[in-house]
Amino acid sequence: MDLSYTPEEEDFRARLRDWLAKTLPDLPPKPSPGDWPGRRAYDLGWQRRLHDAGYADVHWDGTPGVRLIFLEETEKAGAPYVGANFVGLLHAGPTIAAEGTDEQRARWLPPILRGEEVWCQGFSEPEAGSDLAALRTRAWRDGHDYVVSGSKIWTSHAEVADWCELLVRTDPEAPRHRGITWLALPMDTPGITVRPLRTLAGSAEFAEVFLDEVRVPVRNRVGEENDGWRVTMVTLSFERGTAFAGEVVACRRVLAELAVEARENGRWDDPALRRRLGRLNAEFRALWRLTQWNVSAAEASGGVPGAGGSVFKLRYSQARQELYDAAAEVLGPDCLDLDRPWTLDRLSSLSYTIAAGTSQIQHSIIAERVLGLPKGR
Amino acid sequence: MAACRCGAVRAGTGSAGAGRAGGPQWLDRRLWRVLGDLGFFALRVPEADGGVGLGLPEAVLVFEEAGRVLLPGPLIATHLAAGAVPGAATGETVVAAVDGGLVEWLAQADVVLGDATAAVPLRSLDPLTPLHRVPVRVADPVASLLTAAEQLGTATRVCELAAQHARVRQQFGRPIGTFQAVAHLCAGILVRAETARAAVYAAAVTADPADIAAARILADEAAVRGARDCLQVHGGMGFTWESEVHLHLKRAWVRTQRAGGVTESEELLATALTPGAA
Repeated sequence: MDLSYTPEEEDFRARLRDWLAKTLPDLPPKPSPGDWPGRRAYDLGWQRRLHDAGYADVHWDGTPGVRLIFLEETEKAGAPYVGANFVGLLHAGPTIAAEGTDEQRARWLPPILRGEEVWCQGFSEPEAGSDLAALRTRAWRDGHDYVVSGSKIWTSHAEVADWCELLVRTDPEAPRHRGITWLALPMDTPGITVRPLRTLAGSAEFAEVFLDEVRVPVRNRVGEENDGWRVTMVTLSFERGTAFAGEVVACRRVLAELAVEARENGRWDDPALRRRLGRLNAEFRALWRLTQWNVSAAEASGGVPGAGGSVFKLRYSQARQELYDAAAEVLGPDCLDLDRPWTLDRLSSLSYTIAAGTSQIQHSIIAERVLGLPKGR
Repeated sequence: MAACRCGAVRAGTGSAGAGRAGGPQWLDRRLWRVLGDLGFFALRVPEADGGVGLGLPEAVLVFEEAGRVLLPGPLIATHLAAGAVPGAATGETVVAAVDGGLVEWLAQADVVLGDATAAVPLRSLDPLTPLHRVPVRVADPVASLLTAAEQLGTATRVCELAAQHARVRQQFGRPIGTFQAVAHLCAGILVRAETARAAVYAAAVTADPADIAAARILADEAAVRGARDCLQVHGGMGFTWESEVHLHLKRAWVRTQRAGGVTESEELLATALTPGAA
């Protein structure tokens, strides 16, 4: 396990730190959570600044050390999070980079990096969430187009997205994993209806997307027809591997804030609470080490994160929920006040063990693919 | 190390040593000298002083393997004494030490480090680790890290045992590993072990007290919960003396009582959250 950074990487850290110190004070105020156009503009604006300063493509082109330093420093400085750029920068972008043609890379990657286009993810369906291969949205060839009909659900940023990474079934006769194709769908195509869904936190973070004979050019297909499952596994291993790395740094910051708050309100004198925070410190330190390890292991295996991603995803999503439960203990009755930021975070954290593959699915993946247990139901 | 894996363990679990006050009354001196010849104890002694000249990361890997194979004896105490106590480096001298409120292998040792004058024997729950209680607590961060490495070895071994059993043991006409309840227990063992591995290896590289504390918390958890879940996967057989699972659990429990355990580590890591405030 190599935990050291090269002198070039440390130079990168120093330059980035300087730039953050100069740039962050000039940022516009953050938009309110429900203001979707405002959030789109804010998130794209941040990406634009990163691009102009030469930091846009660290997730794709940087060394593992540079990527970790970037996540550490931006988070420590309190810089904006990727937000609406999440799918483009951390899912669709790396997938297109790995599986797309030169022409596709030239068309889609620069606007993602420049902060001009937002992507959303059209994977889940009402009857194909955890069982992704059960997806039923159909696409058939008509000349130079695919014609797509069906519906998607839990699509984050659908209302403000320009593109959707869309999984469709192109061969209903084939075994379930073999008849799926990966398409880039322009969100302004006729036949698309977006209906926002309200979460238990009260906000509309994701949406249902209905597709009624939507025409997608064949040239928008990434990978071969019916080879979409393999392409998707590439995307998902990114999602479970390194996409959450920045959030671990964020959790460590929240934990330090909780300790300060507890010292101020006197709850620090309770040894049980103190020890609970100490244990969470151990947890998030270990998760950061696991991140470092996964990133360098991914590098060694050609850039695609391995099964370590499932270990991380499982442990991280539980730890993050425990973090906000501890926050509630620190806050006392104030934990019921929606105007306290940790209250909303606690509500949001309930989704972590569900989104991007439930904890139960991750357990099954580990049992079958890492431990080699026989496939069950 | 693999060669000395089970002989000593099996010998020690027979009726002679098991369950008596203080555990086994002997320590395998031949094994101790073999370990000495292999460089187990002199691993971190400088080459100039006749040692192997390696560092903490290598020691952690070796102690992980020792934990994996349930190697008995005051391994950490003798390792830490190498270079300071004559004969420790070569395995000629068996060294025990006060750690936490306990001394392991007191009666079998040639040299005891720390004040063990008021030591009282107890009937050790681990048949392979004789124990004495002492009124003082002694803590050493390196000992705590090597304990974490041993716990990681246990966590890794019980994960292998559980998965192996789940693959072959049939119930209701199919391997029990096809049942989600069993598969998820096994996956949980792996997740805890791999999280602990990241923490333990990182602490071996940095030797930072907070990193060591984190490693210890996660490794203790991975070993104890892993062994318990492994026992559960083994069903009724897991509750018998014949199955080796109980030996892993008991050893893991013994190690949790050493200095730098969960409570101390959690307090240390809590304090580390607000540096300067304490």
